[in-house]
Amino acid sequence: MPVTYKKIASVTVGAGGAATMDFNSIPGTYTDLKLIISAKTNAASISDFTKIRFNGVSTSYSNRNVYGQSGSPFSSTNTEILASCNGNNSTASTFGNSEYYLPNYTGNTNKSVSVDSVSETNGTNDTYAWLAAGLWSNTAAITSISLSPFNGTSFNQYSTATLYGISKS
Amino acid sequence: MPATYENIATTTLGSSQANIDFTNIPGTFTDLVVIATLKRAAAGALDANIRVGNNSFDTGSNYSTTLLYGTGSAAGSTRFANQTSILADYYGSVNDTNEHIAIYQFMNYSNTTTNKTVIIRANRASSGVDAIVGLWRSTSAINQIRITLDLGGAQLMASGSTITLYGIKAA
Repeated sequence: MPVTYKKIASVTVGAGGAATMDFNSIPGTYTDLKLIISAKTNAASISDFTKIRFNGVSTSYSNRNVYGQSGSPFSSTNTEILASCNGNNSTASTFGNSEYYLPNYTGNTNKSVSVDSVSETNGTNDTYAWLAAGLWSNTAAITSISLSPFNGTSFNQYSTATLYGISKS
Repeated sequence: MPATYENIATTTLGSSQANIDFTNIPGTFTDLVVIATLKRAAAGALDANIRVGNNSFDTGSNYSTTLLYGTGSAAGSTRFANQTSILADYYGSVNDTNEHIAIYQFMNYSNTTTNKTVIIRANRASSGVDAIVGLWRSTSAINQIRITLDLGGAQLMASGSTITLYGIKAA
């Protein structure tokens, strides 16, 4: 019986950090992709965000989100698809977690993304429970994914990302 | 080694229709996950609705929904009690583009002890993002799920709309 939910590849950032976490030559044999991330960046802040690039293309991204920090929730838009993660000033050894779900990633329609993410620190503000609806307005099949910090310049050591393929048949 | 995450069924519409149903869902899994990418056959946005049941769809006022939404300029929360369906999206609704994604997770769907809960994430980047919890006030096992844009059947999902049902096993 074919495996429905299969790990494609995993990246772990080593000593010295890394500017990106990349997945190349993604096979087109699955139906959907799921990306699970644990990340902390070198941004001099408590929180940062992870930015995503498909096929090396830097244009045509949009994001509509709802998030909570404390008190009332907020909502905003962005021209990037973002997931929250921890920045370098957050509690030591604490990383933000996020999940991206990409259905029909090989299809010939624009690519929608569902993002659930959190960052946390032992403090009173500046961390997020962050949900987003993302869109890459590009009809190309996704063959590569690159993650990079939105504010910082590198992911800290021990940041990880794992890409899974999900098959509907 | 038994599979933990299995595809149970998938439907991709070849023509417009009112509902997508999954029936005779086996009770051998622990949880269910539904991935829906829906498109409306007509212009404008509508909310998808969910009905469930055991050998027949419950059409009574036995459902409720609580949701958190973001529109890009406003965030809020609302709830609906004693409804005839679970609201499957709000601002992350379905229109005539290919943007909609929703993930529905039915936990412990086949037990006969508790009422049934579903957690939903619905997204449409041009409109909004929703986090939803739905409740079916019945201790019956779920073996049928219906997703519809219109409980009356007048509004249709477009060709290409796809819903896939997965089962997850705890052991």
